[in-house]
Amino acid sequence: MIAYRIDRHSGIPAYVQLVLQTKQALRIGDLVVGDQLPTAKDVVGALAINPNTVLKAYRELERDGLVEPRPGLGTFVIASLAKPGMAEKTALTNELDRWVAHGIAAGLDRSDLEALIASALDARYHDTGDIER
Amino acid sequence: MTDTVLSMTDVGKSFRRNKVLENCTFDIERGSVTALVGSNGAGKSTLMSLVVGLLSPDTGQISVLGNQVGQRGIASGLSYLAQHKPLYPRFTVGEMLRFGRSTNDHWDDAYASELVDAAGVSTSARVKSLSPGHRTRVALALALGRRPEVLLLDEPLADLDPVARREVAQTLMRDAAEHGTTIVMSSHVLSELADIADTLMLLRRGRIQLSGALDDITSEHYVLIGEGDPSQAVGDGSVVSEAIGSGGKSFVVRGNRPASAPGWQVDNATLDDVVLAYLSDRSAA
Repeated sequence: MIAYRIDRHSGIPAYVQLVLQTKQALRIGDLVVGDQLPTAKDVVGALAINPNTVLKAYRELERDGLVEPRPGLGTFVIASLAKPGMAEKTALTNELDRWVAHGIAAGLDRSDLEALIASALDARYHDTGDIER
Repeated sequence: MTDTVLSMTDVGKSFRRNKVLENCTFDIERGSVTALVGSNGAGKSTLMSLVVGLLSPDTGQISVLGNQVGQRGIASGLSYLAQHKPLYPRFTVGEMLRFGRSTNDHWDDAYASELVDAAGVSTSARVKSLSPGHRTRVALALALGRRPEVLLLDEPLADLDPVARREVAQTLMRDAAEHGTTIVMSSHVLSELADIADTLMLLRRGRIQLSGALDDITSEHYVLIGEGDPSQAVGDGSVVSEAIGSGGKSFVVRGNRPASAPGWQVDNATLDDVVLAYLSDRSAA
């Protein structure tokens, strides 16, 4: 299942936010093959956004080969973005959770922790934030 | 395939010597949600009154769902919610719904009742005792109970608190998603419509200054910040407005972004930038 949120101050178009959140859910396994995306009516009813915004996002996900509309039924996930390594998700999440708790106990706040993670990732990947769209 | 459900061609309207609308021409596509934006007095309410036939134009043609707007009352398939959300104050909500049922040939009682229910309004409450939010939602239930193909709303969100505003927007969007209703709503506050609408129509001094898909409108404009005369950097684009900003002057420009503009900072325009540019007094348009 996925519950979308729209950040109105991010400057990112609403449909892009929906696409990114769906991909994120596909990546971490919150959405798996066979799952149904919320109907346009449910999304617009919850977020008070234009229906075409949702349809546009779903069309883009369809073009990427991730979802498929089934007439009269809804839109379904047909491919996952989760890597085999995501099997380690629980273990990794637990480890990260302990790490976050450690940081908080040491008096660091959210932006400190984000900076630490970002710099660890930068050191590892040597590039400038490959943000997938 | 385009399917125009509402259009004006060269429409003009004056009250005595005062020209309220001039050369108004536009087409509204089925299923679109249009924000009609303009300052107070720009002609938004007049435009809506012309569409429903409450006023007749001095010049030009108005067509709704394939028919010319005439004197024979509001077109079936069209619903209009006026700015003051007219309801009978002494009626109960239940009586108001019965009124809707008996005055409309096409009436979806289950849907109207469901909308009133969802608003948490009791059918035994008197209209005059309702909060502005509840009043709007009852009025909206009456407008949607006709199951319109086209819904016109004049300032539907004005005088509502943020919670009621969101609930009304949710109701409208749910209806648009489920029934494909074409919606046109006016506001002098763009931000409340930016997420809801996909199309913008901007009225200024009785003329349509800007109309089109929201995404196209923002991509056809950009912001230029710097000092001096921008004409070199702008190329064949046109400056819509200028304002004094913190980093020098800022210009909203219509046209393609210049590949390079030495000495200038070039930014994407937001919808707010564009709309304010066209509405501001310093606008060149």
